[in-house]
Amino acid sequence: MTDKAGRKESFSVALFGKGGAGVITAGEMLLAAAAQCGLYGLIVRAVGPQIRGGESAALVRISRSPVDCLDDRFDLLLAIGWKHAERLLPEINIDADSVVVTDPEQDSVPESVLASGAELRELNMKEIAEMVSGGRANMVALGYVSRLAGIPQDAINQAIEKKLGRKGRDAVDASIEASMLGFSRADDLASPETSDSGPNKRWMISGNHATGLGALRGGIRFTAAYPITPATEVLEWLAPRLNDIGGTLTQAEDELASINMAIGASFGGVPSLTATSGPGLSLMIEGIGLAVCSEVPVVIVNVMRAGPSTGIPTKPEQSDFNAAIYGMHGDAPHIVVAPNSVSDCVYTTQWAVHLAEAMQTPVIVLSDQFIGQAIVVADPIPEITFFAKRKLAENVSENFERYAITADGISPMPLPGTAGGQYTADGLEHSTRATPSGTAADHNAQLDKRARKIEGFDYGQHWADIDGDGELAIVTWGSTTTMVREAIKRLPEEISEKLKLVALRLLLPARPEDMAAALDGVRRIMVIEQNHTGQLYRFLRAWYDLPSDVEAMYRPGASVFRPGEIATRIEEWCSE
Amino acid sequence: MVQRMSAVVPCKFKASDYKSGTKPVWCPGCGDFHVFLGLIKAVAALGLRPEDIAVISGIGCSSRLPAYLNCYGFHGVHGRALPLATGLKVARPELTVIAAGGDGDGFSIGGNHLIHACRRNLDITYVVMDNEVYGMTKGQPSPTTDPDWDSKLAPGGPGITPFHPLVVALASGANFVARAFSGDTKGTTKIVADAITHPGFSFVQILSPCVTFRPDQREWKNKVHPASVTTTTDPAQAARRVMTDDGFNIGVLYKGSREPYRQSVEDNVRHERDLDEEFLV
Repeated sequence: MTDKAGRKESFSVALFGKGGAGVITAGEMLLAAAAQCGLYGLIVRAVGPQIRGGESAALVRISRSPVDCLDDRFDLLLAIGWKHAERLLPEINIDADSVVVTDPEQDSVPESVLASGAELRELNMKEIAEMVSGGRANMVALGYVSRLAGIPQDAINQAIEKKLGRKGRDAVDASIEASMLGFSRADDLASPETSDSGPNKRWMISGNHATGLGALRGGIRFTAAYPITPATEVLEWLAPRLNDIGGTLTQAEDELASINMAIGASFGGVPSLTATSGPGLSLMIEGIGLAVCSEVPVVIVNVMRAGPSTGIPTKPEQSDFNAAIYGMHGDAPHIVVAPNSVSDCVYTTQWAVHLAEAMQTPVIVLSDQFIGQAIVVADPIPEITFFAKRKLAENVSENFERYAITADGISPMPLPGTAGGQYTADGLEHSTRATPSGTAADHNAQLDKRARKIEGFDYGQHWADIDGDGELAIVTWGSTTTMVREAIKRLPEEISEKLKLVALRLLLPARPEDMAAALDGVRRIMVIEQNHTGQLYRFLRAWYDLPSDVEAMYRPGASVFRPGEIATRIEEWCSE
Repeated sequence: MVQRMSAVVPCKFKASDYKSGTKPVWCPGCGDFHVFLGLIKAVAALGLRPEDIAVISGIGCSSRLPAYLNCYGFHGVHGRALPLATGLKVARPELTVIAAGGDGDGFSIGGNHLIHACRRNLDITYVVMDNEVYGMTKGQPSPTTDPDWDSKLAPGGPGITPFHPLVVALASGANFVARAFSGDTKGTTKIVADAITHPGFSFVQILSPCVTFRPDQREWKNKVHPASVTTTTDPAQAARRVMTDDGFNIGVLYKGSREPYRQSVEDNVRHERDLDEEFLV
């Protein structure tokens, strides 16, 4: 992609190969090497459903400035082999300006690739790799692609060293040697200028790891885990690190158990989390309702994938919005938040812990497969001062009321071990003394209290990220924000200056007053999201006072939005 | 025979100190009253402070228990007492955590959790008040109901083999397995106290008659008898015994010595601030 002045702004590479060919490893090294040179970027894994041996692609974008999503097209497609390429090629858009690198000893180039008109180059990756003892084709590819992307050999060497160091000197040397052979066979393509990495060191982080980091920074010290794609990395990242910092992770037998374990631990006073994806969220819903009723803080990270049912586990979609908002039976006020970029997973998860603990309520974090599994090169993510702070009852007097009706709806909570504070947390409706109650008076009083604590809380400016000051507002949420931001950046100034972006971080409770203030002077609104039914759009229509002219752009997942697709739609909308 | 408690702590509390004063919803004559009594006598005998005990339950008649106690309690959703108890015990290992409930809650909707709680072997005591019926919903067959027990939901009887909780617990790795009878409060007290004292996951099936929907269970008091064998430390032997007994053998049937699941967390070796380093390129 070029910037408005025509300079090469970013460079997009797709590395394709069968599972086990190491294209993801090569892609991650390419990104790390780019980061060494002061560049930014991201990598997205595209994989088939097979556990081993299936096709996979590393979709890498390197850039002069921070980027949070893929480009519309690829400058370069390199295939170590083409077996089953047709399954992933629809996600890899190439054109006559692209370069395709193929190994002449391997399968023949697919028709669709030839039809793109891309320039074809041959590189005997396998044969070259065999010249080095322990050399592999993916490292030859890495060297070749790095050269085309303008990344020097020493940056590649450092990336190899870091990634393979624990495998020993021989593995590192073989990889470096193979990559050098690849490097020597390439020449420069137009690529973003590298710069010396300045005083700021870069971070390389995935959304799922960022979520784990945010959780620990926020004070989470217990996690219950049941594996599910694409949320497992949150749990796997947390397991050893929780242990190191004095917390624990327990593997549960199912999601029914994991949500209840988290609630049990939190009842004991330890900030607790579980992470899952759509099917697991469905199983947890009853437990989340229990946390609402018994007023126990808990954070549920839901890394969304395409649904319904098992859906497409390895592909993103923003279609659990309704489940997260409306999934529970009864009137069950709770909180739903969504990170709007990979790095924002740290901030939003940390905020989620803070909200859960402060309000003694469940908070659902709606991440998705795209931001969860993408790895970005970003500036270091600063510490934020949110830290879980629960209102505790430490000195308990006689006739203590666990569910006392308070002005802000938040009642001091005694932890087990506190003498005199004994009470039974209950999913049954209860009196202020926590005794089961079937009276309308107690039911109303507790419903009001549980709603009030969430409605009346001070969410500050964190409820949305707002950019621009135009009279045409774009309202979006979650991972789609990354593509919308880039789309706006690409639009000509006479259009972009008319725009205002409202990226919601707080989805529930609705903030009609904050939104009214944000939309002051706005004439028209466009809502953009990735699902089949416009779930946020319909929620906004129900809860918010919007201008009469509201446009909705939504489509389901599997393939993520590309910024160009959104930019085109915004441009049309603006000219209406 | 029921074994004597291994450690007798001087009593600081009376059994009545553990009562909340809330009136139970149970029917007159319900076996659960006696389980309640046995439990509070057991914790009083052990000298446990009420605030250091948490009693965790799911849904059903017997799961109402926590509200009647002056301890910390959690009355959760149907079938999930053990996961709640697991989370609490991992987070707060110093607490005495007791899970309680009925046969429907524990063996049907919550059956999977029983298996894995036994495997995990946390230091939790699980007391199941077994009356072979769903009482709160007014008389449907549970996993332990005989195949020919007639009811509206299963006319002529459920027609399927009853679940054998003690064998499942043994096969799954429970560290202490016992059967008690609610009508024998003294025996129940001893068994529950022994279960709480024994390290690891202790499973106690308490035959607790439902006089409303299973009036035939009034006969249980004539059927129960002390186990004619002593407690074994061999799970295979214990399983063989409970598979071949008449179902009314009362006593501590098995005591294992398996190491309980992570009793305490390790000392912090890192601060969460230090976690940033791994992300630096």
